[in-house]
Parts: sequence; C-alpha cells; structure tokens
Amino acid sequence: MAQVKLLQGNEACAEGALYAGCTFFGGYPITPSTEVAEYLSRRLPLIGGVFIQMEDEIAAMAAVIGGSLTGRKALTATSGPGFSLKQENMGFAMLTEVPCVIVNVMRGGPSTGVPTGPGQSDIMQCRWGTHGDHPAICLTPAYVQEIFSETVRAFNLSERYRTPVIIAFDEVIGHMRERIEIPDPGVLPIINRTKPTCPPSEYLPYDDSKGDVPPMANFFEGYRYHVTGLNHGTDGFPVNASPRIHTDELRLMRKVEANKAEIIKYEEYLLEDAEVAIFAYGISGRSAKTAVEAARKEGIKAGLFRPLTIWPFPEEQIADLSGHVKGIVVPELSLGQIIFEVDRCAKGRCKLEGIYRVDGDPINPAQILAKVKEVM
Amino acid sequence: MAFDYDQYIRGGKLPHIWCPGCTYGIVFKSILRVVDTLKLNRDDIAMVSGIGCASRLPGYVDFNTLHTTHGRALPFATGIKLSKPDKHVLVVSGDGDATAIGGNHFIHACRRNIDITMLVFNNFIYGMTGGQHSPTTPSGHLASTMPYGNVDPSFNIPELAKGAGASFVARGTAYHAAGLDKLISGAVQHKGFSVVEIINACPTTHGRRNKFKSPTDMLLWMKDTFLPAVAFDKLPAEKTAGKFPMGVLFKKEGAPEYCETYYGLVERLKKQREGRA
Repeated sequence: MAQVKLLQGNEACAEGALYAGCTFFGGYPITPSTEVAEYLSRRLPLIGGVFIQMEDEIAAMAAVIGGSLTGRKALTATSGPGFSLKQENMGFAMLTEVPCVIVNVMRGGPSTGVPTGPGQSDIMQCRWGTHGDHPAICLTPAYVQEIFSETVRAFNLSERYRTPVIIAFDEVIGHMRERIEIPDPGVLPIINRTKPTCPPSEYLPYDDSKGDVPPMANFFEGYRYHVTGLNHGTDGFPVNASPRIHTDELRLMRKVEANKAEIIKYEEYLLEDAEVAIFAYGISGRSAKTAVEAARKEGIKAGLFRPLTIWPFPEEQIADLSGHVKGIVVPELSLGQIIFEVDRCAKGRCKLEGIYRVDGDPINPAQILAKVKEVM
Repeated sequence: MAFDYDQYIRGGKLPHIWCPGCTYGIVFKSILRVVDTLKLNRDDIAMVSGIGCASRLPGYVDFNTLHTTHGRALPFATGIKLSKPDKHVLVVSGDGDATAIGGNHFIHACRRNIDITMLVFNNFIYGMTGGQHSPTTPSGHLASTMPYGNVDPSFNIPELAKGAGASFVARGTAYHAAGLDKLISGAVQHKGFSVVEIINACPTTHGRRNKFKSPTDMLLWMKDTFLPAVAFDKLPAEKTAGKFPMGVLFKKEGAPEYCETYYGLVERLKKQREGRA
C-alpha cells in the first residue's frame, strides 16, 4: 500500500532520496532549501545513515563526494549562493565520475538576491556553472509528487552514468504542500552503480574499452585506485598534454549526449492541434498549464511543452515543435535565459516571445494568456 | 635488512614531481615505515589530499587515494571517515592548502575531533605556483608576491590546531627524520583528530630567495631552530627567541570522537525504538 502524505516539495525531495537508497546527506543551511536537510537530519540517523551539517557549502559538496566514493548514495541541497559555492567540487565529481545528487531550490539572484522568493535564473548555471567543458543532467519537477519521483530518477541517472545530477526547482514548489503518494519499495525501479568484476590487479577505473561508463569500485573493497581532479588516463593517474584528454572529455560528454533518449523526459499537454505552444518548466510550467486551459475555453488552440529534463536540452523535440506552431511563448523567472536555448532549436521557424519576471513572485496565468493572444 | 619501500609504492609512478633538495621524500619514507610498523592493511587506508606539491604524494602510494580540490581534502576525508569509521583516513596537505584556502575546514575538523590523521607539510611557501607567501611564511622573508619582504603575520599551526580542538598535536622536521616515525605513528594510533606539522624545505622557491645557499643550509636551520619540547620548556625566555618546540606538543585522551558520538546516537535511537516495540 502506497503511503499517502501531505508534504512540502522539500520534504518530498528528502523522501525521494530515501526511497532511492540515499544514506548520506552533507549540507549547509540556506533558504529556501533548508527543509531538505532538516527532514533528513531526523530520518537518516534512524536508518543508520549519515547526516552531517558541514562548515560551509563547499565542504558539504566535498563530503558528499567522499561519502559516495565509499559506496553510499549521497545528496546535498542548496540554493543560489550555495549553488555557486559548490560549483568547483561539482566539476570534480563530473571529471572523476563520482555519482551524487545536488538539489538547487532556486531563489532570486544574483548575490543574496531574494532568498524567500522563487527564481529560475540559475538554469544556465545548472548547465555551465563549473569551469571547463562538462556533461550536465538537470531535472526540473513542478509538483510535489514529481519532486519525489524525479529525485528517485536523479539518483538512478547519477548511478547509471557515474555523474552528478542536479534537481532544480524553485521556492514556491519547495515550500508548497500537496498530497503525495509514496509507493511501496520496489514499485519504482532503483539503479545502482555497476561494480567491477575483474580482479583488482586488472582494474582500470576509467577503462572505456567496454563502454562509455566504466564500472566503479568503492573505496576499501580491495580495488586500490587513484582518483584525481587532474585529467587522467584509464588507470586514473594524471596525464599532461595528451591526446587522451581530448578523447576522454568527448567520452564524458557522450555519456549524456548518446543517451538523451533515456535521460530526456517531458510532458506534452494539448499540443497535438496547438497553434501556440508554451515552453515552461517548474512553477512557470504550472502557471502555463492553467493558461492553456483558459485559452482553450476561449477557443484558442494553445498547448504546453513542459520539460522534466532541462539538461540535456530537448533539442529535437523543440525543433519539431517549432515547425508545427505559429509561435512559442517562454515564461521564466529570469530576465531571459532558457529562451535562448528554445531559440537555438527553433531556428526562426516560428515566432518566439518571452515573459520575464524577477520580482520574487511567480508569473501568473493571466500574463501568459495575454502573451499567447499576442502571438496568435 | 634495508626497508623495502617499493612494496607500498605504485609500480611505474616514480620519479616523483618534487625538486632536487626538496625534503618531502624524507617524510614520504617515514609514512611508509609507519604503515609497515603498525601493520595497517593497505585496503583499509584512504589517503586524501588537496592541491600543491605535498598533495601529489597520494598518487605514488598503493592505498585508496584521492587527490581533490585546493584546500578541501578534509571535508572529502570527513565524508569518507564518517561513512566508514573503521577505516584509516590520512590527509596530506601543505601550509597553504591547510591553513589558507582550507583554513575553515581545518579548524572545523579539529573542533569535531574526527578520527583523521592530518599531516601538514609546512615549507613556508606556495611551491607549486612558484614561491608566493603563505600563512606560514616568516615575517620579512622574500616571496614572489612579497618582493619587499613579507608583511603578513604567520600562523603557528600546532597552536591553531590545539586551540580549535584537535586532541593530538605534534611537530617534527625533515631534519629530525628519525623522530618523525614516532610522531606520525602516535598520530595514526590516536583516536581523534591528530595533526602533525612537519617542517620542510623548499630550496627552489623559498630557500634561494632567502639566503639559504643550499638545501643543506635549510636542514641545518631546522636543526638549530627546533628543539625537543622538553628541552625547550626548560629554557629561560631569552633563550627561546626564534626557536620552536617539537615533539608531541599536546595530547588529550578520552575527548569525544566524532564518529563514535554519531554512531552512538544511531545506536541510542535504535534501542529506543526496540524498547517501544
């Protein structure tokens, strides 16, 4: 029997992590994500898991990677300024291919910005926040139930592809309470990292000869290997000015690029006959859905494309959509970020209009409906 | 029979990156002798480092090794130790890595008294980047970013560690190599956060600029400057100017260790639930 609960988005995120098998949380208090830490500080000690509040955001990210290297599924949660601070170690996890999940409950920015209001202006940072070329997977749930299930999916993708996965939602959904159902164990699939089966003497931690995601040994299990943030060879040891760097970085990107069909997830709502499409995620996606319903009542053929995976970007889907509609409306809680990705994929095949808002309140359905009418 | 260092060194990973005259090799060998003497199982050791010359050491040794980001070795190590409290976690760091960019992590690891051994290779300079002043560069010394002499006051690492709550604090030098084994061994065996500051020489980026004509001069400076704590404490104040004590400087037995406290809580909660059931 599924458990029915009334939970905040942040609490549902913590429940999703526990469902996925997370036994390590390293965090630091920051609004509006703190409830994820508070919830897990109560729950993790009860199951023998680790909860630690570190001295800062950087340390929290580091501790999570350390925990994951010992075989634990590990989570951290943060917001705006804390997300900025975590970037270097997130890049470390990407290059060293250590699975972990990072929650960013987005608020207004830059700087301290609007800690208690929703934002969506970290979305490009979710893609390009750490320095250097790197793969990115970022999920954007919009409902409390979805935060639960997407957190489970985030752990699965992280373990499957040996890479950090970001879950980005916003203050409104993080704090909103909704009814959710937590399925029984075993109902949702759980993926665990592939471990090596070869003898330790033959183990190469970054051997790409059998696929783009090499098996990962945990520390203390007899496979004594080296992990470094320097570019490295198949044996994990540093290499300098080597063609291997180029091919290995291509492999890191390919882990995500070649598996887009498995990673990309989205909701299409009344798009079949739509003349105007709205591209929106998170809280803006919810307002957009209401706007679509209002438009339909007025006889306007509007539809919604709501990405649950924002990175990798659903390029083919948007390219296809742009050939079938008069225009796409992009509401976002920023001064215009994700619209440039939509533009890149639509390539001028249809009109494109943004709705931007950064005053600490969500975009309301009436604003979106008005823009839909303009585009018609 | 001569000690067989090769048994702990990864095949094909030498030569190391350290310059001629660098004293890190002396400490490196001491660590391996301690691991052997204490009969630690190498599968059960994680050696973690940050960035800098000293931080390259884990790459050479046949343990579970992790070379992380600048200053962050301790929080990575904390994640490992708290996940697997029965394993040995050793951190290797330099003066800049441990006390500048990693200073916050350093004091908080001391405060938690988590059972990690922290070896701080203090060579008074940022060597890898070419000789910039660090938080331990002596006053007045020349550095590439202190061309008129260092105006920054310096940290006393053992005092910092003790003040922040570390329960084992020691200082040794590369010159007093024979004594290093005992200090590192004591640190590894101690239950709680242990810090060993190891005075090292960087002839290439520190000595050359500061009137040390040769690496030997730097070792002789260590010989003259660092006195056993017992002898140091007996000297009148006027004779200790410019000198520093070495040896085990502070040791507190029985201070609550972080992992024991955390898993003690886990056990207590378990008993409470069983009591209610």
